[in-house]
Amino acid sequence: MNRTSNRVGLVVGCILILIWCLLPVAWIISLSFKSEASITNGNPGFFPGDGTGAGWDNYKAVWDNEQFRRAIFNSIGISLIATLLSVIVATLAAYAIARLEFRGKKLVLTIALAIAMFPVVSLIGPLFDMWRATGLYDTWPGLIIPYMSFTLPLAIWTLSAFFREIPWEMEQAAQVDGATSWQAFRKVIVPLAAPGVFTAAILTFFFAWNDFVFGISLTSTENARPIPASLSFFVGADPFNRPASLLAAGAVIATIPIIVIVLIFQRKIVAGLTSGAVKG
Amino acid sequence: MARITMDHIVKKYGDGFPAVNDVSIDVADGEFMILVGPSGCGKSTLLRMIVGLEDITSGDMIIGDRRVNDLAPRERNLAMVFQNYALYPHLTVYENIAFPLRLAKMPDDEVDRLVRDAADTLELNEHLERKPGNLSGGQRQRVAMGRAIVRQADAFLFDEPLSNLDAKLRGQMRTEIARLQKRLGITTVYVTHDQTEAMTLGDRVAVLKRGLLQQLATPRELYENPGNLFVAGFIGSPPMNFLPATVEGTKVQLPFGSVDIPADRAERAAGRGLLIAGIRPEHFEDASLAAADGRTGSTFRAKVEVVEWLGNETYAYIPFESPDEVKAQLLQLEKDLDGEALRTQLVVSLDGGSRIAEGEEAEIWVDGSRMHLFDPATGENLTVDHERAGRIPGAEVAAGAPTEG
Repeated sequence: MNRTSNRVGLVVGCILILIWCLLPVAWIISLSFKSEASITNGNPGFFPGDGTGAGWDNYKAVWDNEQFRRAIFNSIGISLIATLLSVIVATLAAYAIARLEFRGKKLVLTIALAIAMFPVVSLIGPLFDMWRATGLYDTWPGLIIPYMSFTLPLAIWTLSAFFREIPWEMEQAAQVDGATSWQAFRKVIVPLAAPGVFTAAILTFFFAWNDFVFGISLTSTENARPIPASLSFFVGADPFNRPASLLAAGAVIATIPIIVIVLIFQRKIVAGLTSGAVKG
Repeated sequence: MARITMDHIVKKYGDGFPAVNDVSIDVADGEFMILVGPSGCGKSTLLRMIVGLEDITSGDMIIGDRRVNDLAPRERNLAMVFQNYALYPHLTVYENIAFPLRLAKMPDDEVDRLVRDAADTLELNEHLERKPGNLSGGQRQRVAMGRAIVRQADAFLFDEPLSNLDAKLRGQMRTEIARLQKRLGITTVYVTHDQTEAMTLGDRVAVLKRGLLQQLATPRELYENPGNLFVAGFIGSPPMNFLPATVEGTKVQLPFGSVDIPADRAERAAGRGLLIAGIRPEHFEDASLAAADGRTGSTFRAKVEVVEWLGNETYAYIPFESPDEVKAQLLQLEKDLDGEALRTQLVVSLDGGSRIAEGEEAEIWVDGSRMHLFDPATGENLTVDHERAGRIPGAEVAAGAPTEG
C-alpha cells in the first residue's frame, strides 16, 4: 500500500517538474509556428489555430537570413574549438594534478577555483580594452580565450577527480608491460577517464554556446558574433515591432546543435567503465 | 631468464624511515624466491624496487648482468602480477594479454599466436572476447598471469597475487602457479604474507621484519632451524610455543617440569640464565600414545583447558604463567607478527586418537631434542644449526663470519 502511494507520488512529482521545466520550451516552439500578424494581434492559443499558423515559414525566413547563418556558423566554430582546446589542456593539467607532487599544486587549484568564482561581468570592461588594443576584438580567438579561461577550472576539477579514481596500478602495470609514461597515459588512462573527458566537454560546450555577455560585448559584426548575441540584434524590418515568431524560430534552431551534442556525448558517459579493473 | 642480485638495498622515504634496510638477496636463475613477512615489513617495497616502480635509495639492483637502478620499468623486461590484477577494463581479455606485445610493435600474426598460446596454458580460450568486468576473480587472476607469461620476460614478479581469492581458489591457483613456474623455468620473486604460500611455493624464502632481512633459507631450513624468535614464530601454523626456560646441565626447566635436551644444545645455552624455549606443537604428544610407539622424550603433567578435535589431530591448549622478562619479549613478538594473543598458553598437537578431555590433568610427552632455545634479550636462536639454516644476516656478524656481498 505504502509502496504504491510512493510510486504515485513519484510519478506525479516528476510530471510536475517536467511541466515546470518544459513549458517555456513548448511555448517557444508553439510561437515559432505562428504567423507574425497573429502574435501582434494577440492570439493566446497554444496551438496555432486556423489562419494563425505559419507552418515552416518562420524557419525558412530565419534560415534565409545571412546574419543568422553567420551567427550559427560562428557559434558552432567557436564553441567546438573552445571545447576541444579546453578539454585537451584540462586533461593534461588534471592528470598532473592527480598524479604528480609538485610545489604550488594547491595554489594552482585554488587559483583555478577563484577564476571560476569571479563574476564574468567585471571582466568585460578590461577585456574589451585589451582586445581592442591587441586586435582580438571581434575575432574568434577573442571569444575562445575567455571561454577557455572560464571553463578550464571546472573541467580541471572534474577531470582530476576522475583521474584520482583510476587506480595507480593501471599505469604501473602499463609501464611494466613496456609502455612509456605517454603511452600509459594515452592507451590506458585516457580511455578509462573517457566519461570524465566527455563530462568536461559537455560542460564547456554549454558554457560557450549559451554565453551572452562575452558574445555581445567583445564582438561588433557578423565576423565573430555568436548566436545568443545575434538573436538580440534580430530586429527585422520594423525596429519597434520585434518579430517574435521569427525570434522563436531562431531560438529553436539555436537549441538543436546543443541537443545533438548532448545526445552524442551522453552515450559516451557510461558509468562504471572501470569495473573489473581491480578487485572490487 | 636471469638472476636477480639485490646488494645492500636501502629504501628510505622522505621522513628518513627505512622501509627496506640493507637487504641483500641473490635470486638464482630459474629460482622461485619468496619474500614473506607481516604487513609493513618492506616486502612489497622491495619487489617494487626490483620492477622499477620505487626508487632505490642506495645499494645495487642487478638483473642478469645489468645494473638496473636507474632504468625505467619498461627497460627492465620483467613481468609483474599485481595484487589487484590491474587489468585494463576497457580492453578485452585478448587485448589485455596482447597489450605488452602491441607495445613492442609485434606483427599481428605473431601476437595472435602468442596470445593463443598463453590462453591455452591458462585455459582462457573461451573468455578471450570478454571484458575483465565480466570475469570471476579466478579468471581475472589468470588473465593477469597471461599478460605476464605472454612475453619473454627475464623474471616474474608476483605481489600477493592470491590474497583476493577465496580459500579454495587460492589453493588451486597456488598449485597452478607452482606448475607454471616449474614448466617455464623462469626466475620468480613472489611476495606474500601467507606462510602456507611461502612454504609450499618457494625454493627459498626470505623472511623480512620491519625492513630487515631475518633469514634467507629453504622452507625446511626455516621450519627446522629458525634463526631467531621472529622467524620461529612466523613460520609454522599453529605457531611455535614459547616458554620461559632455564638450562641446568642437559635438563631444561619449563613451567610444567623439566625436559631432557641433547648435550650439544644444552652446552650452547649453558650459563645464560632465563631463556625462551621454542617447541612446535607437533613435538608434543599424548604420553600414552607416545609410550605405545616407544618414542623417547620427557613427559609432564598439566591441566588441559580447551581441546579442539579435528579428526586427524587434536589441539590442546594449556595455559601457563611466565615471568615478566619473558612476557615482555613475547608480547613484542606477538605485535611483530600482527597477532593478538591475549594469554600465554601452550598449543599442543596430539594424535586424533587421543582421549584427553577438557579440564583433565593429562600426561603429555615432549620431544626435547627438537627444542630450540632463544636469548630473551636479542631473540637470537642459541641452538640453531648454522649448517642447515641458510643465511641469517645478524648471526653472521655476531659469529665473525664474513658477510656476503
